[in-house]
Amino acid sequence: MKFGVIVFPGSNCDHDAFYAVANNLGQKAEFVWHDSATLGAVDAVILPGGFAYGDYLRCGAIARFSPVMQAVKRFAAEGGPVLGICNGFQVLVEAGLLPGALLRNRSLKFICRDVHLRVETSRSPFTCSAERGEILRVPIAHGEGCYYADERTLDELEAEDRVAFRYLDNPNGSLRDIAGILNRERNVLGMMPHPERAADPLMGSTDGLTVLASMVRAASGAVRA
Amino acid sequence: MTAEITPDLIAQHQLTPEEYRKIVDILGREPSYTELGIFSVMWSEHCSYKSSRLHLKKLPTRGKLVVQGPGENAGIIDIGDGYVIAFKIESHNHPSFIEPFQGAATGVGGILRDIFTMGARPVAVMDSLRFGRLDDAATGARNRRILSGVVSGIAHYGNCFGVPTVGGECIFEPCYDGNPLVNVFALGVAKKEEIFYAKAAGIGNPVIYVGARTGRDGIHGASMASAEFTEESKQKRPNVQVGDPFMEKLLLEACLEAMKTGAIVGIQDMGAAGLTCSTCEMGSRGEVGIEIELDRVPQRETGMTPYEIMLSESQERMLLVADKGREEEVLAVFRKWGLDAVEIGTVTGDGKLRVRQHGAVVAEIPNRELADEAPLYDRPHTKPLRRVPLEAPRLPAADVQAALPRLLAAPDICSKRWIWQQYDYQVRTNTVAGPGYDAAILRIKETGTSVAMSLDGNGRYCYLSPREGARLAVAEACRNLSVVGAKPLAATNCLNFGNPERPEIMAQLVEAIEGMAEACRFFDTPITGGNVSLYNETLGEGIYPTPVIGMVGTLATAPPIPSTFQNAGRTVMLVGGIGTSDDTRFGSSQYAKEIVGKLWGLPPLLDLEYEQRVQYAIRRMIAEGLIESAHDLSDGGFGVALSECCFGPAEIGAQIELASHLRPEVLMFHESPARILVSTANPKRVAEIAQKHEIEAPAVGKTIENSIEIRERSITLGSWEIAALKAAYEGSLEAQL
Repeated sequence: MKFGVIVFPGSNCDHDAFYAVANNLGQKAEFVWHDSATLGAVDAVILPGGFAYGDYLRCGAIARFSPVMQAVKRFAAEGGPVLGICNGFQVLVEAGLLPGALLRNRSLKFICRDVHLRVETSRSPFTCSAERGEILRVPIAHGEGCYYADERTLDELEAEDRVAFRYLDNPNGSLRDIAGILNRERNVLGMMPHPERAADPLMGSTDGLTVLASMVRAASGAVRA
Repeated sequence: MTAEITPDLIAQHQLTPEEYRKIVDILGREPSYTELGIFSVMWSEHCSYKSSRLHLKKLPTRGKLVVQGPGENAGIIDIGDGYVIAFKIESHNHPSFIEPFQGAATGVGGILRDIFTMGARPVAVMDSLRFGRLDDAATGARNRRILSGVVSGIAHYGNCFGVPTVGGECIFEPCYDGNPLVNVFALGVAKKEEIFYAKAAGIGNPVIYVGARTGRDGIHGASMASAEFTEESKQKRPNVQVGDPFMEKLLLEACLEAMKTGAIVGIQDMGAAGLTCSTCEMGSRGEVGIEIELDRVPQRETGMTPYEIMLSESQERMLLVADKGREEEVLAVFRKWGLDAVEIGTVTGDGKLRVRQHGAVVAEIPNRELADEAPLYDRPHTKPLRRVPLEAPRLPAADVQAALPRLLAAPDICSKRWIWQQYDYQVRTNTVAGPGYDAAILRIKETGTSVAMSLDGNGRYCYLSPREGARLAVAEACRNLSVVGAKPLAATNCLNFGNPERPEIMAQLVEAIEGMAEACRFFDTPITGGNVSLYNETLGEGIYPTPVIGMVGTLATAPPIPSTFQNAGRTVMLVGGIGTSDDTRFGSSQYAKEIVGKLWGLPPLLDLEYEQRVQYAIRRMIAEGLIESAHDLSDGGFGVALSECCFGPAEIGAQIELASHLRPEVLMFHESPARILVSTANPKRVAEIAQKHEIEAPAVGKTIENSIEIRERSITLGSWEIAALKAAYEGSLEAQL
């Protein structure tokens, strides 16, 4: 399986995602530059963490206009799996691929630490290797990760089983403890925590591999979303 | 702009009449206004080290592994397998007082450029911070604002750039009220074959400017950093630069990619003294001249004078020399990253820095004299300043039970989680051990080696004895590395002192350098570079002499040795022994500071030979897999170190039985060096190794669940629930903000 890792000029977790996929998971990976209008022959896309275009305006607000995001939208529309991590989640929300918004953390401070996530659904290509209710220890590192949406959207996300992860110890004020959500078609996941940082025993946790390994398993056709 | 060169104007440029005469000698004529500005920044204390150079020569700088010593943008050592690390520490004290957020942010930016200009990708940052007391009635509010601003500034820059901030230290003393210290250490990794130097070469080669446009910000930043603070300093806010970490990230990626073309001859960042410093230093190192045309320099403001353009300290700019005929390969890379890259001049054969504007020469100065022949002063030095007694005051009756939680909540000792949680300490997924460990450990993905690093400095010790304090800082930095199993290899230093024109301050500087030199020579850890920050005084009040040492070493990549106890039922051993102290030496301790409320006496006594044997022994114990946890004793001594060992997720405690002739509070809280607290399942073998290295390593107790109990000769000194101690330790800093 080949992962395309999107590189915006200000991406800084691009190498980490690449390394986790290639070295910890043993899959193929390649970088896709932000002004590329096509993705090439990839089976899944990762939008990595970072500060896409500096994000001085609003996280992800400029990235949505980049050529590569038009390609990502087409890829998602065709059913391809797209994983947005941290800044990648912010970009997906700005691009309209996921509902809601990510506001500044309630503390108004950047927070880097491990959090505990509960897997809320195993019905997705990103969580099919996990059990519902399973607890994962994965780090967060963001200043703007407070998930916000109106009540109706939140109800809808829950009714449609589209909340992928919830925080056990909500670090940023996200509504209903939401840490990651799926689109209606369930092939796009945005999450603030960094699974690629919990993919190597040396980093203290390998719980994040569950997300990446699920994508491989889903692609192999072993499960249907 | 032309201005008449008057004695007043010369004085405003902080040049002495003698220095001015030397300028006239060099030029063979009166300088122009622009030339005066250029000399003033290059010959400022900050750029020329004119007060310290003579003494810096006493530091050991060579070693088997040293690839690059002082004199370049960063020091470099060989870590094997074809890889090197580039590292350095720099201060950004003055700007951080005037504008904490931007001052600290650009401090990070500056040191990162120093690293990647050598061809190394920055992989870690650490910070050594000093502030005034947060709870002071008069200055506390300002100190809290400075702390908050500095931490946000570091977070803003490092997080966006994508370099993990993996450790550091933060100390509070009234002497830093009007003069906080912000020292930033950075470390990068490169292939040994791909190191770049800041050296111009090849007559006729193009000189290329890349990165941000030049504005009027930061003019005379280097000179500002070379003067004391006065009431007027606040007016210098425009001298503080504004950082753009996104631009820096682009610059990093573009520079590393451009270096791969093979068409870059030399490269230097524009930091202090901006375009002036980068041109004349590159020319001087290459023994060539450089000629530039200012009309070609990208500018973000109109009507800038040559003086302003040459002295601007706008951030995120680099100067490079490319191979003639291959410019386009270099320029194409910068275009890809959306950066300005403009040929602004050429390398010449006449050894001069020639600056033109609209074709006319506005400055013409020999590079070598400007960059390397700045005045050198042997400033008078007498006895180091100290205004505290040698003898101990009458000490209050000790209450060890109450003192421990108070010490754990003391600003210098308490958890700094509030600070480091704002830093992304994991980005790039190399952080094997981050904040909270005695030393940070970063794996090098390309090899099986990891790099360990620590920052240490103790202004209180140095105020009492600059020589002993500096030796202690080196010893502790080495010990912090040894405790995680790493062998100390080399160091970088940041020397923060007051006004060197005062003989008693100069004496502090001289003695600290000599102490540091002695210890670094002893541990075979050469100093490969660093920074001197003088004139850290506000309204005539100096800071404690504060040399900070950044130590680096290597170890095999493996899961780190935790600093906290992992299992109950293990033997707790004090490698190095209980140590010793007396009332005089106890005056430098955190107990004296927080419980007695005074400073007196001398720093702890350091026996270098013994310290070395303890460090050999602990590394041996770790290598044999005997050590389940290890933590060095420092501020707050045994009591604090033991508590910190209990603050792991499992909250494993300990039952301790000590035997000593020391008074209880001295036994518990003295800070004598060369001591490491370990837990082990194999005390017999640990004792054997200790004996072989001729050091003490008494078994002092067992790990147990949930509580700490300490007895001395069967008399209980205290017993505590871990949860309560941990709450005091974890919550203290945030409660003060």
